[in-house]
Amino acid sequence: MAAFWKKIVRNRALLLLVLPGTVWFLIFAYLPMFGTVLAFKDFRISPDGFFASVLSSDWVGFKNFEYLFQTSDAYVITRNTILYNVAMIILGLVSAVGFAVLLSELLNKRMAKVYQTGMFLPHFLSWVIISYFAFTFLSPDKGVLNQLAAYFGTDSVSWYSEPKYWPFIILFVGIWKGIGYNSVIYLAAITGIDKSYYEAATIDGARKWQQIRYITLPLLRPLMIILTILAIGGIFRSDFGLFYQLPKDSGALYPVTNVIDTFVYRGLMNMGDIGMSTAAGLYQSLVGLVLILTANYIVRKIDRDQAIF
Amino acid sequence: MAQTAVKPREIPEKKRKKRDYNAISPLWNVLFNIIVGLFAFSCIFPFLFVIMISLTDEQTLALEGFSLWPSRFSTAAYSYIFRAGSDLLVSFGVTLSVTVIGTLLTLTLVTTYAYALSRRSFEFRGFFSFLAFFTMLFSGGMVPGYIVMTQFLHLQNTIWALILPLSLSAFSIIVMRTFFQTTVPDEVIESAKIDGAGEFRAFFSIVLPISLPGIATIGLFSALGYWNDWFNALLYYNKPELTPPLQYLLMRIEKNMDFLTQNAQYLGNFDAAAGLPTETVRMAMVVLATLPIVMAYPFFQRYFVQGLTVGSVKG
Repeated sequence: MAAFWKKIVRNRALLLLVLPGTVWFLIFAYLPMFGTVLAFKDFRISPDGFFASVLSSDWVGFKNFEYLFQTSDAYVITRNTILYNVAMIILGLVSAVGFAVLLSELLNKRMAKVYQTGMFLPHFLSWVIISYFAFTFLSPDKGVLNQLAAYFGTDSVSWYSEPKYWPFIILFVGIWKGIGYNSVIYLAAITGIDKSYYEAATIDGARKWQQIRYITLPLLRPLMIILTILAIGGIFRSDFGLFYQLPKDSGALYPVTNVIDTFVYRGLMNMGDIGMSTAAGLYQSLVGLVLILTANYIVRKIDRDQAIF
Repeated sequence: MAQTAVKPREIPEKKRKKRDYNAISPLWNVLFNIIVGLFAFSCIFPFLFVIMISLTDEQTLALEGFSLWPSRFSTAAYSYIFRAGSDLLVSFGVTLSVTVIGTLLTLTLVTTYAYALSRRSFEFRGFFSFLAFFTMLFSGGMVPGYIVMTQFLHLQNTIWALILPLSLSAFSIIVMRTFFQTTVPDEVIESAKIDGAGEFRAFFSIVLPISLPGIATIGLFSALGYWNDWFNALLYYNKPELTPPLQYLLMRIEKNMDFLTQNAQYLGNFDAAAGLPTETVRMAMVVLATLPIVMAYPFFQRYFVQGLTVGSVKG
């Protein structure tokens, strides 16, 4: 014990520096983790404050989970979350690598910079702004798409109440917003490739396509694998704004836009069902944890240095 | 242009040849330029489009729909906003204060924590690293966080509910720690300590000044996060009379214009029901909320790229 105190005194300056951050983590990360016990309780607000509310609420065991998995919601939100994420991981990878290669091959480097800056813009804008952008195309009475439909004499579409189009809209906008950001990482990796590989290949008579195929892409492969596996670790999470804000929270679209995050939000704010929403959130966090640990284990097997821990 | 015209003559023959062999052919270059250029244009086009819509005459808009070149232009939306805009200005002020206070708080929390983790001599390094990084693996989720904010801290409907949830993240700590480790060698700090500087002195007068690029990166990540945040307002702002931050205001008027028509009664010039340029005002507000970012991001983009590449390198 005395040795421990000595250690604290010895490190007092650095301990003081981590103190503010530690307080933040305790309140905003660890206290909510303790709050997940609410998933096993019937939450009642007690006048004696937060801890009293949490502790005095009745235990109900796995009732909240039973209730969650009895409804068809659990299946729909899990399916939507996973399918959208899988599609985005694949399409996002292909488009990000593709644009990174294209950008790196452009002869005029200044134009490449200009394009890159343009591509980066959507990343810096919020989903609220992006949903206004989408509205200029999708608005039933004023939007560009229905104007085009009128021009070609086809029926206009009530975009915000037709679920069948939304998987494509969500994937398109989601990928579109992220390409600039995602291709930067690959572009940095391509710029970092030793030029002598290409010189040697040129001497051996390799054409540009062969160079891309046999030098650039294989050298990007470790990065692709790592980023993909990390993305798989996050497959149970989704970008709330993309699924809530872009479809304008339209009830008709819930079958194809409801994901775990939006389900938890609506359960909390619209239905006030704290127990079940917490249970759904805990389900997401736990599966997410298992996925991240598995993903990291696989990364470790492939390349020790790239593992996060 | 002049530079590119002169360059080939200056480059020695050998080097020039090598460059020619390795480059794509002019035809492919044109094709690549078209593909990338079109995509880049698609990324900035919606913003230009929204600007044009905001400058459209309201009645023309109702007749013709959204159009890139309307038959009648009007600046009514902007003059309305600037005349009726007292609440809008307040909203702008809320966003600005949240962004400034939040970013300063983030920088304080992140730099102090990350510096301690970057010091090899810190004997509790393992414990505090774990404390931070575990939050990346597991989180209590939205609902317990909501209950902590409303039932424990009682901060709903205050700007702290918009600031505190975003003020620290394990990711920014990793980026900053890696930055400290790569730019500030341990020897520099050790020698400063031999010269009599304490840990604080070393941190404030040696480490922070040479880490300005890293601080800029984290600061920009954070400022952008605060400027664009609407989620915390959606969760924690539920009093209609409270002026929300800009992004949440935009979100609310998307559903109805009550917020703006309430103000219209103070204006003699506009008939609240008929003359209010609803759609164009919405779009004008989108333009005003986006303009600061569009103006600034080409300049700070490079810090973002730096942060991304540092963040993906394991330290």
